[in-house]
Amino acid sequence: MNGVETRTNYLNAEYGLLSWLLTRDHKRIAILYLVSVTIMFAIGGLFAAAVRLELLTPQGDLLAADTYNKMFSMHGIIMVFFFLLPAIPATLGNFLIPMMIGARDLAFPRINLLSWYLYVIGALFTLYAMVTGGVDTGWTFYTPFSTTASNTNVVPTAIGIFINGFSGILTGLNFIVTIHRMRAPGLTWFRLPLFVWAHYATSLIQVLGTPVLAITLVMVALERAFHFGIFDPAYGGDPLLFQHLFWFYSHPAVYIMILPAMGVISELVTCFSRKSIFGYSFVALSSVAIAVLGFLVWAHHMFVTGMSVYAAMIFSFISFGVAIPSAVKVFNWTATLYKGSISYSAPMLYALGFIGLFTIGGLTGLFLATLGVDVHVTDTYFVVAHFHYVMVGGTIMAYLGGLHFWWPKITGRLYPEIWARISAAIVFLGFNLTFFPQFILGYLGMPRRYHVYPDEFQVLNVLSTAGASILGVGYLLPFIYLGWSMRYGALAPANPWGATGLEWETPSPPPTENFETPPVVTRPAYAYDLEEVTVG
Amino acid sequence: MASNFALFPERASTVAGEVDALYLFLVAVSGFFAVLIAALVVVFAIKYRRRAEDERPQAIHGSLALELAWTIIPFGLAMVMFFWGAKVYITLAVPPPNAMEVFVVGKQWMWKLQHLEGKREINELHVPVGQPIKLTMTSEDVIHSFYVPAFRIKQDAIPGRYTTAWFEPTKVGTYHLFCAEYCGTEHAKMIGRIVVMEPAEYQAWLAGTATTAVAAVPAAKPEDQQAAMAAAGAELFQKLGCVSCHRAQAGALGPSLAGLFGHNVALQDGSTVVADEDYIRESILNPQAKIVAGYQPIMPTFKGLVNEEQLMQLIAYIKTGKAGTETQ
Ligand code: HEM
Ligand SMILES: [Cu+2]
Repeated sequence: MNGVETRTNYLNAEYGLLSWLLTRDHKRIAILYLVSVTIMFAIGGLFAAAVRLELLTPQGDLLAADTYNKMFSMHGIIMVFFFLLPAIPATLGNFLIPMMIGARDLAFPRINLLSWYLYVIGALFTLYAMVTGGVDTGWTFYTPFSTTASNTNVVPTAIGIFINGFSGILTGLNFIVTIHRMRAPGLTWFRLPLFVWAHYATSLIQVLGTPVLAITLVMVALERAFHFGIFDPAYGGDPLLFQHLFWFYSHPAVYIMILPAMGVISELVTCFSRKSIFGYSFVALSSVAIAVLGFLVWAHHMFVTGMSVYAAMIFSFISFGVAIPSAVKVFNWTATLYKGSISYSAPMLYALGFIGLFTIGGLTGLFLATLGVDVHVTDTYFVVAHFHYVMVGGTIMAYLGGLHFWWPKITGRLYPEIWARISAAIVFLGFNLTFFPQFILGYLGMPRRYHVYPDEFQVLNVLSTAGASILGVGYLLPFIYLGWSMRYGALAPANPWGATGLEWETPSPPPTENFETPPVVTRPAYAYDLEEVTVG
Repeated sequence: MASNFALFPERASTVAGEVDALYLFLVAVSGFFAVLIAALVVVFAIKYRRRAEDERPQAIHGSLALELAWTIIPFGLAMVMFFWGAKVYITLAVPPPNAMEVFVVGKQWMWKLQHLEGKREINELHVPVGQPIKLTMTSEDVIHSFYVPAFRIKQDAIPGRYTTAWFEPTKVGTYHLFCAEYCGTEHAKMIGRIVVMEPAEYQAWLAGTATTAVAAVPAAKPEDQQAAMAAAGAELFQKLGCVSCHRAQAGALGPSLAGLFGHNVALQDGSTVVADEDYIRESILNPQAKIVAGYQPIMPTFKGLVNEEQLMQLIAYIKTGKAGTETQ
């Protein structure tokens, strides 16, 4: 390229578009994902902007009712299925898991490529549905609205999500087999990086949960086409059956989004405080506990559907149960900082921001698990605020933090540190200004999915829209300077942060086969006290 | 409802205070933990900032005592939230026995409400202050959700089944009624109001200037003034021919419905069901689903012949315990 880089690595090993589209290298596939989820994030973000602008005033003066409904639906569908779910596993997970465990590639490289194609086909289907009329069901597709009442492109959208679901299942399977079978000699389970543990737990959910979503969407399509009477009482069906099936997948799905994020945060917090994680095995096993318990709480989305008081109490109880392992993680990250050597590098700023936002998101989850309070706040902006704190505050902070952290490894270049710190700060401030007012709005009683609203809600909505424009800038900056750094950034050494972990022992960017000599592991993860200080 | 900006919602029902107390407890507990975590993070980040590039802090691998402490203490607090929340939920779920009944049908995009006295309203519900009101609701099309923030109540109205909610207004005034479950194009405009009146005013409203009373409801029999809705049901009972089979006579083709409501019914297959609103509704729309022991499955379906409001009227009539005992 510019003459400095002569070593062969995965980026320059082959040239040409086809060498990318037919690659079986997990690192190149990770890049393919990186590009595609970024595009989807941008599209989903544009819809968010439209929604937020409409809400600037109480009247429906910007968008017609149907347009607004399509905007928030497409925003949710794209963000959930085509950004949040794949973002960390498919990009960072794909790139890092084989390297972190000292393997050459994933167990099934061809299936890995197939996963990406399924993702793209699913995304194209959904985008097609969008440009040919859109869909107005919300990302939750509640019946019988979605099966009978909506006359938008429900089926093409569902097909898109269905296809994309297989992408997730295959990636999950690939990770599970890889983590079981391909660890380097000496890398026992309890020496695995927590990032790998988190992805292991995530993959279990993807493999066990996603088929339920797939089947449910098939049923929606059948019901729409042939009025089978599965969900619509007009044909003898049960409208609540859909909600049970949908949340049986979609509640665990929020852990598909947040568990990998927690894995990233564990890596960042240890590296930038140069400390072994506090309570390694508690953090590792809490991922598995969250994955398992996450399957048992779905009906806490349904407390006002008229379910029996006993059922409601059971689901409320287990929901509190699943909160505990999440709390344990936050405490352990905080304790890891104690007596550390803390550097304020940009990835660490993102990680600390994550702890703040995730704590608020998690604590407000307790409100929703508390039966008597949930009745008032469910389906209001309180819920919108809560899930944005967890999914957007949590997942995206971790994703950006992780992207910055491993950027030198992925691209072989360093990003401009000062810009990265500035944007981390902007994201944090903009985020809180956008979503904190929504908690208050929710308790005041503003229902979600409203494009017009009573006047007294306006002030808080204006604050929220103002915050969103700041947040938008915060998300835009990394696009620019990370893009810039690919060409002009300083060349990165193998280990710019002085981090532990096998991925830092190979050059940046890594060679196609990851390691010149297969590594052997003799230490626990995060042995920062045993490591010689060699930054570079 | 008038002012342009608020930070706390109006409190206008007996349960609102209970919900708020629990909410404030949650705010206090989570506020405490949020501030604690934030303070620790900030203090540690400053106190232990990296001072030399080659600094190597001592590893601290963990502490079982701490892990137990920060598992058990949050769990204990969570249990307080759980039980308190369940208690409030039960309060919300069980209407007091003296509650006045109102029937609610959600429909894209309006709320149709009907008082037992027969009065009908659209997107507006008048109720007397200090009187518990029980709502029985269903939907004609998709799922809606009956939400009155000032009362802290919300309940989905689901097609094909009946759900209930109740409230006792404590303050005269006008309050938002929202649809909280996304239901299509005009979801955001499916807004109504609850008008809470002094009991005397309410009586005047009921009796008097009753412009919204709908002609379709026949005038209640004088001795039955309180239950025009049941009267409408009785009328339907005749008109639809229910009475030809369901009469309180030996040898009738169908079981007598007198005194049926709320009691156990023995079925052909040996099981029993409680004759509640859902059972009656199902028996009218899908009579073959549950056959009463000792009868033939000959009842025709009335699906398509009765709408949700008429179903509610029939149910109100059956609830009186007199269905089929009087002939006109
Ligand atoms: C600047 C950033 C964002 C803003 C201002 C924003 C705003 C909004 C708004 C106003 C709604 C509609 C709420 C409603 O009417 O119910 C919404 C819904 C939603 N948002 Fe965002 N959002 C942002 C970013 C994101 C991101 C990054 C994600 C995920 C990656 C996300 C996921 C969702 C989901 C899943 C929904 C639910 C959609 C539905 O109700 O069907 N949002 N967002
Ligand atoms: Cu509605």
